[in-house]
Amino acid sequence: MNRTTVLMDLMSDNGIALSVEDLSTYFFTGQGVAKAVEKVGFNIKKGRTFALVGESGCGKSVTALSIMRLVPAPPGKIVGGKIVFDGRDLLTISEKEMRQVRGNKIAMVFQEPMTSLNPVYTVGNQIVEAIRLHQKKSTRQAWLGAARMLKKVGIADPGQRVREYPHQMSGGMQQRIMIAMAVSCRPTLLIADEPTTALDVTIQAQILDLLDELQTQNKMSILLITHDLSVVAERADDVAVMYASKIVETAEAKPFFEEPLHPYAQALLKSLPQLDLSPKRLSTIAGIVPEPLHFPAGCKFHPRCRTGCNDARCRTVEPALRQIRPGRDVACWYAPGYETDKERAEYESKYGKR
Amino acid sequence: MENADNYILKVDDLKTYFAIKKGLLRRTVGHVKAVDGVTFQIRAGQTLGLVGESGCGKTTVARTIVRLVPATSGRIVFEDIDVTSADKTKLRRIRKDVSLIFQDPFGSLNPRMTVGNIVADPLRVQKKLSGPALTNHVATLLSKVGLSSSHINRYPHEFSGGQRQRIGVARALALEPKLVICDEPVSALDVSIQSQILNLLKDLQDQFRLTYLFIAHDLAVVKFFCDVVAVMYLGRIVERAADDEIYRRPLHPYTRALMSAIPHVDPSLRHQRSAPGGEVPSALEPPEGCRFHPRCPLADDNCKKHTPPLEKKDDSEHFVACWKS
Repeated sequence: MNRTTVLMDLMSDNGIALSVEDLSTYFFTGQGVAKAVEKVGFNIKKGRTFALVGESGCGKSVTALSIMRLVPAPPGKIVGGKIVFDGRDLLTISEKEMRQVRGNKIAMVFQEPMTSLNPVYTVGNQIVEAIRLHQKKSTRQAWLGAARMLKKVGIADPGQRVREYPHQMSGGMQQRIMIAMAVSCRPTLLIADEPTTALDVTIQAQILDLLDELQTQNKMSILLITHDLSVVAERADDVAVMYASKIVETAEAKPFFEEPLHPYAQALLKSLPQLDLSPKRLSTIAGIVPEPLHFPAGCKFHPRCRTGCNDARCRTVEPALRQIRPGRDVACWYAPGYETDKERAEYESKYGKR
Repeated sequence: MENADNYILKVDDLKTYFAIKKGLLRRTVGHVKAVDGVTFQIRAGQTLGLVGESGCGKTTVARTIVRLVPATSGRIVFEDIDVTSADKTKLRRIRKDVSLIFQDPFGSLNPRMTVGNIVADPLRVQKKLSGPALTNHVATLLSKVGLSSSHINRYPHEFSGGQRQRIGVARALALEPKLVICDEPVSALDVSIQSQILNLLKDLQDQFRLTYLFIAHDLAVVKFFCDVVAVMYLGRIVERAADDEIYRRPLHPYTRALMSAIPHVDPSLRHQRSAPGGEVPSALEPPEGCRFHPRCPLADDNCKKHTPPLEKKDDSEHFVACWKS
């Protein structure tokens, strides 16, 4: 690719690498329909890291699997929405076309490198497979490519390591292999699903630095999925907070951490033990994360919310994600500037003045 | 007097090795030195945080203290009992006075037992309780940890991770232990649940005057929870000091590296960290001399040859094992 085409490419579609609109993914189980992802929408800008943060079961991983079209079906099904990548809706293209995208243009790194690598093949074999599948290269070239990739992700003695099996490596090294495999076809989007959760802090820092380096080199976008707000603060440019299948707040990372707007995001940040603070007690969020089969009515956070638990509207009407000022989207009736005058009047006529 | 300093637990030069056996005759071909010369004390009512990366031997220390694995050498004194040489009767007392809370609330509760039975089991065995007295006791315990007595006949799978950890806490408290060993009690839990369990453990400590040995890898959690912090690396303690002191003035390069590797919850502090390169070497063949030297920015020839002892720094209760500090 020469310079002009790169520029053209960057300029087309407003610098957005992937756009998700109104995505809904449900699981049809014996006990009922579990709405794992409901009307989720966000844009990942080119060359930036977009973090999707939430607790277990909030639907963040299902969102990632939906983008890759890897939701196990049945029982899972993407029931609506659009995922626009490279000018195409990934949900309408054929499986054959999808295979050209998956692992090539969009690649994924999983949480547990120990279970995501195939134990009976050498790591070289597994990287070569990815390269040969998507690029016209001879076996010899592909093996050289694999060794080069290992060097790139910081593995010493790559010529020897390509011939080794995953069990011969440490967790951190296995995660480096996963990353090498994912970026071997120079994807434009890398989905990293809890890439450092299984790793020690010093190794976590190394892997985060590595992702940073590869992002700058390859100009790729990263969708970072995590439950760890400190990883988000460390690495992300944009943030979306998910709670019970929905996005409740999106913003750029800096303003988000300075002033989170949704009560859930506020409470989550406050409940983290931090190095530079030493409180007597931690602030907590009462209750538990609801399960998709038993979501509360109204705002799904209301049973655990300080403002919402006694509010009649929060208990019955779910607020939608809405922009309340440039760059700040939130889904809470009581976020400053959220309510329209009309809604306020309606509320007061229904439930009385507040 | 053994207990002049009010120490409830003293561990002195503890070594726990695992033999590696190979071949038809199962000959011992080497040792994994999981714990290699660990010394610390815990005062009654205090919390000691044992921090380190995976594989550093912190869990083995815990298991050796309750004699789930035998110590290779060294001494462990709990109150006035020498754990390493305790006979059956004494061991029974230790098992009553020292209890454990485990990391994985899914793996540490028997799925075939009801919550009531899980909590009642230690009471039946150790206190010979039965009938209504037992049921009442179990109900009180459950309410202490924030569960209701209606949960008695339910099974573990009906509970969320946080609730299961509460069951584990109730079981650990059943025999009114003096020392509770918490092995990564919150690392498998969601953030919003973590703080609930940490607060619960703190409240129970005040209520029952518990002493905790708190094992964790998360330095921020340890800072919140512990009075004294000991940092382990490859089977040895490299630094030990009071909680404020160690965070304000970490002396060992490994402690400093660990601290700087923690991501901050503030994007403006980004890229101020300097993670150590490389990885924790295998405990099978730990490096000669100071075990941290291959990753240490300060290491010189002396560090490669001689192991630094854990020594007091300027008369305070700050211990560090580093030639360069």
